[in-house]
Amino acid sequence: MNLTTLLLTLVALSAAIFYTSRRRSLSKAKALGGQHHLNSLPLYYGMMACLWCALPAISVLVIWSIFDGVIIERIIVQSLPNSSELTSSELGLLINSIQNYAANPGSLTEVSDPAIIQAAERLVDLNRVNAMARALLVLIFGVIFGAIAWTRVSPELRARQFVEKVFQSLLLLSSFVAVLVTVGIVFSVLFESLRFFSVIPVTDFVFGTHWSPQTAIHDGQVGGSGSFGAVPLFAGTLLISAIAMLVAVPTGLMSAIYLSEYADRRVRAIVKPMLEVLAGIPTVVYGFFAALTVAPTIRSFLEGVGFENVSSESALAAGGVMGIMIIPFVSSLSDDVINAVPNSLRDGSYGLGATKSETIKKVVIPAALPGIVGGILLAVSRAIGETMIVVMAAGLAANLTANPLESVTTVTVQIVTLLVGDQEFDSPKTLAAFALGLVLFLVTLTLNFIALHVVKKYREQYE
Amino acid sequence: MNMATNTAETIGDNHQTVGTPFVDNAKLSMRNVNVFYGEKQAIFDVGMDIGTNEVMAMIGPSGCGKSTFLRCLNRMNDTIEGCRVEGDLNLEGEDIYGAKLDVVPLRARVGIVFQKPNPFPKSIYDNIAYGPRIHGLVSKRTELDEIVETSLQKAGLWNEVKDRLDAPGTGLSGGQQQRLCIARTIAVSPEVILMDEPCSALDPIATAKIEELIAELSENYTIAIVTHSMQQAARVSNRTAYFHLGKLIEVNETEKVFTNPDHQLTEAYITGRFG
Repeated sequence: MNLTTLLLTLVALSAAIFYTSRRRSLSKAKALGGQHHLNSLPLYYGMMACLWCALPAISVLVIWSIFDGVIIERIIVQSLPNSSELTSSELGLLINSIQNYAANPGSLTEVSDPAIIQAAERLVDLNRVNAMARALLVLIFGVIFGAIAWTRVSPELRARQFVEKVFQSLLLLSSFVAVLVTVGIVFSVLFESLRFFSVIPVTDFVFGTHWSPQTAIHDGQVGGSGSFGAVPLFAGTLLISAIAMLVAVPTGLMSAIYLSEYADRRVRAIVKPMLEVLAGIPTVVYGFFAALTVAPTIRSFLEGVGFENVSSESALAAGGVMGIMIIPFVSSLSDDVINAVPNSLRDGSYGLGATKSETIKKVVIPAALPGIVGGILLAVSRAIGETMIVVMAAGLAANLTANPLESVTTVTVQIVTLLVGDQEFDSPKTLAAFALGLVLFLVTLTLNFIALHVVKKYREQYE
Repeated sequence: MNMATNTAETIGDNHQTVGTPFVDNAKLSMRNVNVFYGEKQAIFDVGMDIGTNEVMAMIGPSGCGKSTFLRCLNRMNDTIEGCRVEGDLNLEGEDIYGAKLDVVPLRARVGIVFQKPNPFPKSIYDNIAYGPRIHGLVSKRTELDEIVETSLQKAGLWNEVKDRLDAPGTGLSGGQQQRLCIARTIAVSPEVILMDEPCSALDPIATAKIEELIAELSENYTIAIVTHSMQQAARVSNRTAYFHLGKLIEVNETEKVFTNPDHQLTEAYITGRFG
């Protein structure tokens, strides 16, 4: 019985148990004189029995599936005549060819070794037995536990509490998935970074001003000696993020003020969704907008006013377009916090004879400031992590410069270039990507942490 | 409910306000005032005077329009979308809704204290200094210090907060916050103070303090107070106006209103038959 059939059978079985248990609770209630004699609604009795049937069966199935492959492999290996003499990689190859032959006996590859053919036939047999045994065990578990649940159905049984507890555990489990994945990412980045730092000293990485990650793969090869001073990358990231924030913060904030304080309802209903469309444009689209439209425009403008040798890739183009991308972030978050400022404060200010602009400048914005700052910090961490626009518009040259017209590179861009293509995962070059990733992660984590804290503080003020 | 609908009919469309709505030394005088929220009319042909340095209490059942009427007096209703005010409203002969009038100095002359204390999320000092600063009343820090101190003293809050003027105003208790708001209003030296149920969010002790304060303030300011508490109206005011379903039923000396009102609706309200 294959897996799909087994699962469908299990579903049918649980459904049957759900139905019969529900019926049983109803008939027991009827004997007592009505549904109100039941501890829970009949639905919960059905669900309880259904869970009793399905959960053990699925657990058995999962555990079985984890181990059956390994066990079958071991049986096959033991049956091979000279298995103990082979190295692990030879063994792996052998098992591969056995599996291939078993899956497709008439394959093009000529298999001459009778031992392999014999083993493959054995494998097919084992697999068939395995599937049968698995299906049998799973269904037996389902039936037994379902039957136990069915017999336990009684008016006193606290079925609802049981079902609720199960679903609560399910919710808990789901929230752990996200946490576990985060922890997994952190550790994988952390351990690879530690490997990197065992080759390149931390101080060279953090304080070095020369970035040239090309290393010679074998002796005598022409290539860089490998230089991993990440300061130019940090500087480039900062420069581009700063330009982005210079574009996004004033524009976003002012549009938020206009939308929340001045715009009438019709304007707001049109402009706000349009602004939020900006947030839905894929960054790669922004990227070629920056590379094909903005950067050449900037260059021809600058050449027009007399600059020479202007790079076609510049921090200004990348940062400017990134700023446009971030505008909806700033404006939407600021708009929310400005709207959350209670109207009583505005009334208080108007009541003292303040004008609208005085009220906005001196009461509304200061009251909303913590929330606005939180929103801006979130936008900064977004800018630091942004990759695509920078790859396309800012270039790859690791220049240490504060001139926005030069080409610079950022942490994220370097991670991409270090890991793209065929790479071996033990050279400092590739490991450097993980170290950069770690830095990036720490910076954005800190920013997010501060931002959320600030926003929370702000919420407490009015609740 | 029945009572209310019946009495609404007894008012009729061309009712006359009974008692003494008009005085000689009027600070604020209102004639034929109608207020609309969109299509709905909230105030019907109200006419009355508020005398100089008098405390005028406005009472009436919920939704009778007394707060709406109060907020017309310094044009706070301007901030409400769809609100339209008709009629003659004058502050010492100046048309409040006139084309020439600037609402900014008007609100400095006619201050307002709201139902819920609404201190700005700033320090106590900056809360008081806010008005003088935006109106450019002072040029030197010492003058501002003086205004802050006298305002807080007049509001009876100075002794409680003089050591922590830099603490946030939002950290004070409800009663203190309301007195802070009154001090903030006083700081711009208004002539009239409007109070929109200033004690409804406060406990009895804080209420007593505010009422004491109103009595002191009435020596220098003209005060109009909307209240749901008839005892409060009786305690603090010189004259009392009774509103019913957007119409002004009766204006009389407070003592007369609460002992021997001229109109049966007023009597019904003060004796607790509805409201």
